[in-house]
Amino acid sequence: MAISPFCKKSARSTFSCSGFGHGPIFLLNMTSTIPNPLALIAELTHRCPLHCVYCSNPLELQSRTNELTTEVWSRVFKEAAEAGVLQADFTGGEPLARPDIVELVRAARSAGLYVNLITSGLPLDEAKLAALGEAGLDHIQLSFQGAREETANEISGTKSQAQKLRVLEWLRQHRIAVTLNFVIHRRNMDQLEEMVALAESSCATRIEFANVQYYGWAFANRENLLPTRVQLDQSLTLIKREQERLQGRIRVEYVVPDYYAKYPKPCMGGWGRKLMLITPSGDALPCHAAQVIPGLAFENVKDRSLREIWEHSAAFQKFRGEAWMQEPCKTCDRRELDFGGCRCQAMLLAGDAAATDPVCSLSPLRAKVDAILAGLNAAPPAQLFVKPAWLYRPNPA
Amino acid sequence: MTPELHSFPRLAPGCRLNEKNQQPRTLLMPERALRLNGPSLEIVERCDGQHTVQQIIVDLQKIYSKAEPHKVEQDILGYLTLLQKERALDFQL
Repeated sequence: MAISPFCKKSARSTFSCSGFGHGPIFLLNMTSTIPNPLALIAELTHRCPLHCVYCSNPLELQSRTNELTTEVWSRVFKEAAEAGVLQADFTGGEPLARPDIVELVRAARSAGLYVNLITSGLPLDEAKLAALGEAGLDHIQLSFQGAREETANEISGTKSQAQKLRVLEWLRQHRIAVTLNFVIHRRNMDQLEEMVALAESSCATRIEFANVQYYGWAFANRENLLPTRVQLDQSLTLIKREQERLQGRIRVEYVVPDYYAKYPKPCMGGWGRKLMLITPSGDALPCHAAQVIPGLAFENVKDRSLREIWEHSAAFQKFRGEAWMQEPCKTCDRRELDFGGCRCQAMLLAGDAAATDPVCSLSPLRAKVDAILAGLNAAPPAQLFVKPAWLYRPNPA
Repeated sequence: MTPELHSFPRLAPGCRLNEKNQQPRTLLMPERALRLNGPSLEIVERCDGQHTVQQIIVDLQKIYSKAEPHKVEQDILGYLTLLQKERALDFQL
């Protein structure tokens, strides 16, 4: 379903939980950094009824015949829990396209994982939702492509808004925890207030506003998705206000658009430090977009245990630690905060996966990003806000 | 906002402790997790909708009787406030 063009990529940073930034506490020693993988992103399938123009899936989509079986996924969940993973994020494509989804939820939950389902809500009825809850589903992230039906239809290339509203009502009745996910960009960024209102009218306890991150299909559609500086500034003001107003009721998360940021995101909480992604066919990736980096060989969960892959796979080792870093990262004070940014973005923008992420203001290539933004912000609005010719993501066989 | 002493905190939807046989004990939340030990676990285990904030304070003052009672109270209130900001708790009156 392609929600999260990488909401994971940065929203996960809090997962390190080095405490809540509390002052001296005499009896509450809350957390420490954990060297294990913490979350497993299970891309159960690439099949999806939506065609979102910012999908984080790779341009080359896997077909159903290549998908892992129920048995292999069940083993992977057990191995993940044994390796220290706390949470499984079921995503896709649309994970509900798997006929064994209830069985997979049960397998992950009984392995000891917290199970989160990231979904469009399309192939769902009330009975299926109840079965998912009964199987131990902990939480749903329901994606919305806009607050208005017209926008949602344009972005997803399908009609889905009415069904999503039905799902919200079932979630309330079945008391299943839900976060509303809004992927935001130029075409829907002026609807944030309506999005908040939608969440307030539902049983959601969280809203995630994730700016599009430019990989996969989003990279191909970047020119038409990048927000303007004015939109960005307005959104930041609104988010801050809503975070304060809704405190204790609805948590409002915000994933920044890193092209406008001063420093890069600590992508995936650092390469091979916290997260592991398994593709529909079983390849283990350190990052959603890692396949854009040439020369990386990915190991498959059919051949090796998860822990062995985590610890020894060359792809996971490649950008761990600091030995691979170039200047200015190599001697930068921030290198343990953002780990040089995103390797895939460095590949896409600098043509070198070991370069400093070019969105960093310290990167020698930052001018390239600034030129993209300058061109955009100088363009006449009439040109920026007409419906573009989108490149839609297809639904693989 | 400081939690009301007579309110009953309980874990918000989507938040739960991992199982007793899973160590270390951890509070699992959407896209987050918090390792708990000692007092933080004692507090979270009591956020079950059955204990008032006041009862949690009294319980922990007994368990940690060597600590200064006022300091224990302040820490618990601070911790509950932080959990509330994380949207991990609901308070019922």
